[in-house]
Parts: sequence; structure tokens; C-alpha cells
Amino acid sequence: MRRINPKTNKKLIFQFENQKINCNEGETIASALLASGENIFRISHQSGSARGPYCMMGVCFDCLVEIDGTPNRQACMIRARNGMEVRRQSKPPSLGFSEIAKGDLK
Amino acid sequence: MKSFFDTIVIGGGLVGSAIAFGLQRLGTNTLVIDEGDNALRAARGNFGLIWVQGKGADFSPYAHWTWSSAEAWQTLSDEIIELTGSKLGYSRPGGLELCFDEKDLKARKDKLLRLQAHQPNFTFEILGRNSVCDLMPDVGDKVIGAIYSPADGHVNPLYLLRGLHAAFQVKGGATKNGETVISIKKDGARYKVETKTSSYFGEQVILAAGLGNKKLGASIGLDIRVKPLRGQIIVTERLTKFFPYAATQIRQSEEGSVMIGVSHEEVGIDDGTTADVMKKMSKWGTNAFPKLTKAQVIRIWGALRVMTPDGYPIYDESKQYPGIFGVACHSGVTLAAAHSYHLAAALFKNKLPRILSPMAIERFNNAPH
Repeated sequence: MRRINPKTNKKLIFQFENQKINCNEGETIASALLASGENIFRISHQSGSARGPYCMMGVCFDCLVEIDGTPNRQACMIRARNGMEVRRQSKPPSLGFSEIAKGDLK
Repeated sequence: MKSFFDTIVIGGGLVGSAIAFGLQRLGTNTLVIDEGDNALRAARGNFGLIWVQGKGADFSPYAHWTWSSAEAWQTLSDEIIELTGSKLGYSRPGGLELCFDEKDLKARKDKLLRLQAHQPNFTFEILGRNSVCDLMPDVGDKVIGAIYSPADGHVNPLYLLRGLHAAFQVKGGATKNGETVISIKKDGARYKVETKTSSYFGEQVILAAGLGNKKLGASIGLDIRVKPLRGQIIVTERLTKFFPYAATQIRQSEEGSVMIGVSHEEVGIDDGTTADVMKKMSKWGTNAFPKLTKAQVIRIWGALRVMTPDGYPIYDESKQYPGIFGVACHSGVTLAAAHSYHLAAALFKNKLPRILSPMAIERFNNAPH
């Protein structure tokens, strides 16, 4: 099993909500954030409740964050890189879709 | 667990659970026998439409049956929510079919006019490209128009399956999971349904085992000629709402996931996925809404529809073994309300609704196997 050795692995720094997060090369964003005491990764747009990593293996989709402007990324499946900008997410991406007209056909 | 029941329903998919819930809510004592996770489970790969547009255009009993179910769907949704406290994600915003060429639009229109001829309550309108763009400015350049009917709706099919099972259990119904029925035999005035590990006795038996109905039916004199027809589906990440209607090739769930489908492939018992079909469906989706090009795909899957020779449902009773009924259809979501209310009410009196007599097996008797 691959292990991260804090003594030999390279150090990385990325941003989470404009704060610096220090971690080791090879760590996922989720593990780095959890190790730094961050456990609210997103706010559910369905219920409004706070969410964080649950499965840590790419299945539950509760660790979704915005990475370098791209939302809905799985923090547990993506390794941290130097200089990444990671943000909490509170609504799904719009992909630039316009507001839809409602009720015109009813 | 006790082993004597009024009714034993074989199959815990959308058809079996809808009928079982309907019977149990009338005060019967019903058992559902559901197979294990190795079963084919069409109910778990469903797209989730309550689709009226065009159904039964050339076969009025199916049109009426579909209509009666669509009309009862709000009641079913309300009742399940009241009993279980769980939402179904049901709504009836109407179905909007995007069209990419005039020939397709005309063929659809002709079909809907045929449907309207025997189902006058059914209404629809043709929308030109400009009207579609007014409703949804992000529609692709290749879309020439659309057909809209207020009759169609959609639901989260997994919530529905869970809801029917939960409502059945709230009403006191019994479920046996992970057991495969190996035989059905007459036992005095009852029927004995055997699995590998147990025997259950019922006065009435309903075969709702999807593709498994072929084998089960053959053993009790019902020739249920179903075969698998594969459909593949793409599911994207959750997006903000941009398509608020039901449609046969795209729908957006209450939570925002976009589902794109749907293929019709005769490939036998193979619920896999293929690159060529995925490519075709992605192309359709991005032609409809070019901004979807940037959407992340979360899952893809294939599932096997339960298809009859003419595509219409089968409802029949064994002549050899009265009280054993067979039900097979590929519209388990659309027909769920008809199954829970209209069909169950008749089965409660140990018969089939008269409207379903044209859907007996006898219609295939002159056709080759």
C-alpha cells in the first residue's frame, strides 16, 4: 500500500476559501482539508445542510468542491497541487444556462 | 414468518410492488417475493417518465389505460408521501419533445392526432423554433420545433420503487427478499409457491417477475412471450434547472441531474453499455443543448426493458390455474397508479378489469413464436 511519508514527501500549499492549506505531495484535497480541520466542503442546495467527505472513495459525492473555477469536483478523488484554488460550493453549476421561462405553457 | 396469504406477488419491481401495495391497502394479506441482487431489475434502470404522448395511438385500450394511470398519479404520489413521509420527486409539467427535422415532427403530429381520435381528452400543441427559444433560450441551432402535451409527467423512479415498498409495509404487507421462486403448484384450494428455502401458500398468485415471467408463466399455462430490450442512459452532475419538462430523450431530476437516453437494442440478456450508443446519445444531448458539452458525466448504465411482441402490456389469467395472473409491461412507472388502484381493485375480486381484456395473451395466438 502506498503511504505518504511526511518526512520525505514534498510539501505543497493550496488555497481553500482564501486560506493557505499545507499538505504533502500525494494527498487528496479531501484528506488535506480534513487534516487541516476543515470538514464543511459544501452546502447542500437541496436541504441547506453542511456536507463533508463521507466515503473518501469517490462514491458518495458529498465532498464536492469548486476547484480553479470548476464546480462539482470530488475532493476525495483529486490530488492536491501547488497553487490550486479550492472553494466551498453552495449551488450546482449553471454552465451558463439562461434563466428559464416558467409557466408559459401551463 | 407465517406462510399463508391471500395473495402472493412474485416480483418486487415497479409492477409487483404497485400491485401488492394496491391489494394490501384494500385490506388483503399480501406477500411480495423479491429475487436477490443478481436479478435483472428493470425497475432500477428506469428513466422515470409518466408518458402519455403517443402511447396507444394505434391501440385504444392501451391509450385509455395509460390515460387512467396518468390521471391517478397525483393521488398515488400524495398517498405514498402521506404513508411514508418520503418524497417521490413527482411532477406533471407536461412533455416537451424537441424535434430536429420536419419529417420527424410530422410523424409525431400524425401519431398524436391518431391518439386524439380515440382519446379526446388528450391535447397537444406544436411549437415552432421561436416559441421553443422563448421558453428555453439555450436550445441548439438544429432544433426546428417541439411538440408539447400537458399530459406527461415524471418522477424519480428509485424513490417510487422505495415508496411503493415502504407504503406496502406500512399497510402491513410482507416482503421476502433474496428468494427465487422455483415452482408454483396447486395445493388443495390454494397455491403453493416454493423457493429454495421456503414454501408459501396463497389463494391468489400474481406473476410480476419481469423477464422471469416467461419461465414462471410456462409452468402454469401462461405463454408470456417477453424479451429484453436494452436501453442505455447517461447521467450528468447536478446542474441548475434549465429543462423543466418531461421528455423521452432528456429529463432533469428534481435535484438537477440530467438524464439522457434512450436506446432500444435487442442484445439478449446483456445490460452493459457501449461507446457507440453513448456517443450517439451525447451528440443528441449537446445538439439539443450545446451548453451540456461542458457537463460532467457521473454515471452511465444499461438496463433491460421487459418487452412484449407488440410492445403493449400483457394482463391475463391462467385458464388451467384460475387465480394465477400474469402481468408484463415496460411501462411500470407510467402504469404504477393504474396498477395500484384500478388493477388491484379488480384483482381484489379475483378478476381482471374489463378494459384489459384486449391485452390478454390470446392476441398473439396467430403470431409465430
